[in-house]
Amino acid sequence: MGQVVILGGGTAGTIAANRLRRRLDRDEWHITVVDADDEHLYQPGLLMVPFGEYQRPDLVRPRHRYLASGVRLVRGQVELVKPADNLVRLAGGELLHYTYLVIATGTTPRPDQTPGLLGPQWGDTAHEFYTLDGAERLAGALQRFGGGRVVIDVVDMPIKCPVAPLEFAFLLDAHLRRRGLRGRTELTYATPLPGAFTRPVASQLLGSMLTDRNIIVEPDFMAEQVTGDGIVSYDGRRLGYDLLVTVPLNMGADYVADSGLGDELNHVPVDRHTLQAAGYENIFALGDANDVPTSKAGSVAHVEAELFADALAARLHGRPAEADFDGHANCFVECGDGRALLLDFNYDTEPLPGSYPVPGLGPFRLLRPTRLNHWGKHAFRWMYWHALLPDRPLPLPARMSKAGKHVPQEVAS
Amino acid sequence: MSVATIAGHQLHVDGEGFLTEYDEWDEALADELAARIGITLTDRHRAAIRFLRNDFPARGETATLRRVAVVGGIPVKELFELFGAKPAKKMAYIAGLPKPRGCV
Ligand SMILES: Cc1cc2nc3c(=O)[nH]c(=O)nc-3n(C[C@H](O)[C@H](O)[C@H](O)COP(=O)(O)OP(=O)(O)OC[C@H]3O[C@@H](n4cnc5c(N)ncnc54)[C@H](O)[C@@H]3O)c2cc1C
Repeated sequence: MGQVVILGGGTAGTIAANRLRRRLDRDEWHITVVDADDEHLYQPGLLMVPFGEYQRPDLVRPRHRYLASGVRLVRGQVELVKPADNLVRLAGGELLHYTYLVIATGTTPRPDQTPGLLGPQWGDTAHEFYTLDGAERLAGALQRFGGGRVVIDVVDMPIKCPVAPLEFAFLLDAHLRRRGLRGRTELTYATPLPGAFTRPVASQLLGSMLTDRNIIVEPDFMAEQVTGDGIVSYDGRRLGYDLLVTVPLNMGADYVADSGLGDELNHVPVDRHTLQAAGYENIFALGDANDVPTSKAGSVAHVEAELFADALAARLHGRPAEADFDGHANCFVECGDGRALLLDFNYDTEPLPGSYPVPGLGPFRLLRPTRLNHWGKHAFRWMYWHALLPDRPLPLPARMSKAGKHVPQEVAS
Repeated sequence: MSVATIAGHQLHVDGEGFLTEYDEWDEALADELAARIGITLTDRHRAAIRFLRNDFPARGETATLRRVAVVGGIPVKELFELFGAKPAKKMAYIAGLPKPRGCV
């Protein structure tokens, strides 16, 4: 009997397990998912929690319910992988043997990595919204907030959902306007990047959306330390705050590093097309856990999981098939006031204006804030539980298409 | 991409002057490139540049400041002291490597 062991039952792990279960013979292959808990969190919803739009029960569902029958869920903290012995050790000592190992334990915010951030102000005037607990605490802080200086800071890249802090800035601006507090609030967006976003066309657009909203952009800001009322960059700039909203450093799970499988951020270096861990025949890393140079996003985790599962199944059936991931990422960006825009890009092509998924028709508009995009983003929560995780067909292409998109003149030249 | 003449050598560079051919670089050229952006290289600078050079071939991309700190053992603070503002970009320029992608 072969053993496929999948570490992490989040977006990528769940989809990969379900798809492999359909493709592999139950008499020949066991499929096991290991996760620390049985609470599957819909992470994109975290963005709305600080504004009171979603609550815990809206976003958390039992993990095991989304795994196909014939997939075993083992609850436990992964502590070590021993690639030489094809073994995984869980906290408490339980050992799992694997024929193929899939690392899908994601990446998590690590406020402990920035000196001073976890001081007495943490949870009081300094916050994050990348965990459910953190987003709930921030909701409380925003209710109490009566105006002042707000700093939104991205500590370092890469982070999962790199547009989330921008969306948070747009939503906070709209929220403060609604509550009549915007005039009394100075809003600053500090980023280690040279602009609002990495790719030029999107960066230009998103950057001007910030300045249009009177949000001060502080580029090339690399946070060195945080005090009770200020955040200081390595080049000596200090931003005073009454309310700090950080996206802390994102790091992969510690066992990845302890097992010698990670880079400096505990992300697993992989072949960027096959997602095979560098130097290991039978280990793959999917989703946020790997180091491919595209956005860490649920949409990416989804595409990677599908391509990987199909390629592994083909290989096990003796057919020559290699996953060929092209870095395709696709993100809705909430802009406030019930509008959102959509980015679609891959390793080689940056986000461009146009329509999606049907070239020329849409219905979604790329790089333009519309109400329909906003509803698309909201509808996604339903799709996530009912189509994406169970691995039912979605009306979305895995590979990126350039049809229906246009390169703006000033950038094309 | 275009060809520039630096210190008597014909070099391939991109629109911002970053070298595009890994093998067209050597340590003497580093001094020249550094001088162009107002930096005089010391041994500490060279240690950082050497780390970037050695790290690049296997990874196919220029190391981030955090990688230089964690893997190369040179603290981020020191990189800012050595190279001034935007050290990642300046280091890549001097090391003859692509501008750091800044991540996605
Ligand atoms: C605020 C926010 C907004 C976002 N918005 C969007 C969006 O609009 N669109 C989009 O596409 N993506 C969005 N994302 C990103 C998306 O949620 C992630 O990219 C996606 O969940 C990645 O899937 P994954 O399977 O790689 O990791 P995860 O879904 O995070 O799963 C990792 C799993 O591993 C488990 N685990 C970790 N360590 C261990 C261990 N040592 N032992 C056992 N189990 C372990 C965890 O419990 C978890 O279940 C957002 C994320 C955040 C935080």
